[in-house]
This record gives sequence, C-alpha cells and structure tokens, in this order.
Amino acid sequence: MEFIVDKPTKTVTITAEFDAERDLVWDAYTKPELLDQWWAPRPFESKTKHMNFEVGGRRFYAMVSPDGQERWAVQKYTSITPKTNFKFFNAFADADENPELPGSDWDLSFSEQDGKTTVSTTIYNESLERLERMIEMGFKEGTMLQLKNLEDLLAKLLRA
Amino acid sequence: MRRDIFQAIADPTRRAIIALIAIQAMTPNAIAENFKTTRQAVSRHLRILTECELVTPEQRGREIYYRLEIDKMKEIDKWLEQYRNIWETRFDQLGEVLKVMKKKKSEG
Repeated sequence: MEFIVDKPTKTVTITAEFDAERDLVWDAYTKPELLDQWWAPRPFESKTKHMNFEVGGRRFYAMVSPDGQERWAVQKYTSITPKTNFKFFNAFADADENPELPGSDWDLSFSEQDGKTTVSTTIYNESLERLERMIEMGFKEGTMLQLKNLEDLLAKLLRA
Repeated sequence: MRRDIFQAIADPTRRAIIALIAIQAMTPNAIAENFKTTRQAVSRHLRILTECELVTPEQRGREIYYRLEIDKMKEIDKWLEQYRNIWETRFDQLGEVLKVMKKKKSEG
C-alpha cells in the first residue's frame, strides 16, 4: 500500500494492489453487503442503511463502535464508469441523513494487470480543518485498533 | 479562536518560515528579508505560529529569535500514521473478502 499526503493540494492518495480480478474488486466496492464486510476497520463495523449505486444516488451508512455508537456518513455518487472509476462526495451526517459540510471528494480508479487489480483512491478535502478532523478520527480509531491488537495478544498468551 | 498545528501549516508563507527556521533560530527581521511581504505580515505569521506552539520566541540580548519546536511537528506524522493504519486494516479486510469471493466463484 502506498499512502501519500499532499498538504498543498489538500489530497490524500492511497494506492493498493489486490490479488483478484477487477470484476470482483469492483463488486467489493460497489455492493453494500460486500462493502460492509471490510469498510470499517475492526473492531468497528460498517452498517449500510441504504445504497443506490448510480449517478445521483447515494450510500448512507454508519461506522459502529464496539460499544454501539454510530457515526453516520453519506456518500453521493457523482460519476460512474463501470469497472473503471467512480467518484463520490463524502460527508459526515446525523442519524437523519443531514450532511455536515464541508465534505470531501473521492475518486477511485480500478485497473487490472496479470490477474491483479490496483485501486487508486484520491481524497480531496475542501478545507484543511476537515483533513485534520478526518485524521483526528483516525487517531481515535487507530487507538481502538491498538487496543484490539493488545486483546488479541493477551488472548494468544492465555491460550499458550 | 482555536489554534493548532494544522492551522500553522495551512498557509504557504508559514510553511516557508518553518522551513527557514528549521535550520537555525532567526530574528523577525532576518526572516522577513526572505519574503516579498511586509515585515508586519511576517510578524503576524510568527504570532500565529507562536500561538500554535510551533515556534518559541527567545530573548537574546536586545534581539528576539524564533526557534522551531521540532517535537510539535511530529504530531502531524503521528496523526497521519494512525490514519494510514486504518487503511492498512481496511485493505487487509478487503483482501480476505476477495479471497472468499474468489473461492465462491471458482466453486460456483
């Protein structure tokens, strides 16, 4: 995985390669029942309330913390080129789907070579404060991840 | 108004000031010589940087030198590292989902 933060252009670009053909990777990104299986970093869970994958359509979903707290977000699809690219506008929201602006623009490209698929994700933030907030949230989730890792380690030690 | 490190680096002139004083502490006049903007504008940027706790003014004799707080800069990296971790976890999970999908397809 390649992770590049460019502060002057307010973008984060993440590139990753997967050992699967493009059709499958595209489905994993565009079908709610598949998305919910991987989108939230454990121990968080992704819960899609509704999703209409077409231009003008949207996905309304929550990241659910282990103690049941829901953090809602809405993604509005602005462009779709099947199996190649899609774009959406992402904003955090309340439980009634009211977006909290500003949001961020996402641009995802899919390409396949020798049976492997590369996904390039570019996230553009209107404001640096938004980037900061995103990172702050990441910080919290990252801390949760570390706790989870610690739990796993303890579980292993207990079994040994 | 809340001040923090992300405001400090939000402005190109401030980023340039940070780069300048990263090498050595400098007086406001010496810093201002590197920019086309007014001395007042540089002073304002220095005030914001100070409020963000990214630079510290130091009195040396009759002059004030501005020094960069390197440790404060590390906060940015720390936050970004956490964000990066999320994506790594997310993609590990996607890899697992794809494995299952591939298996189903070949059996299908």
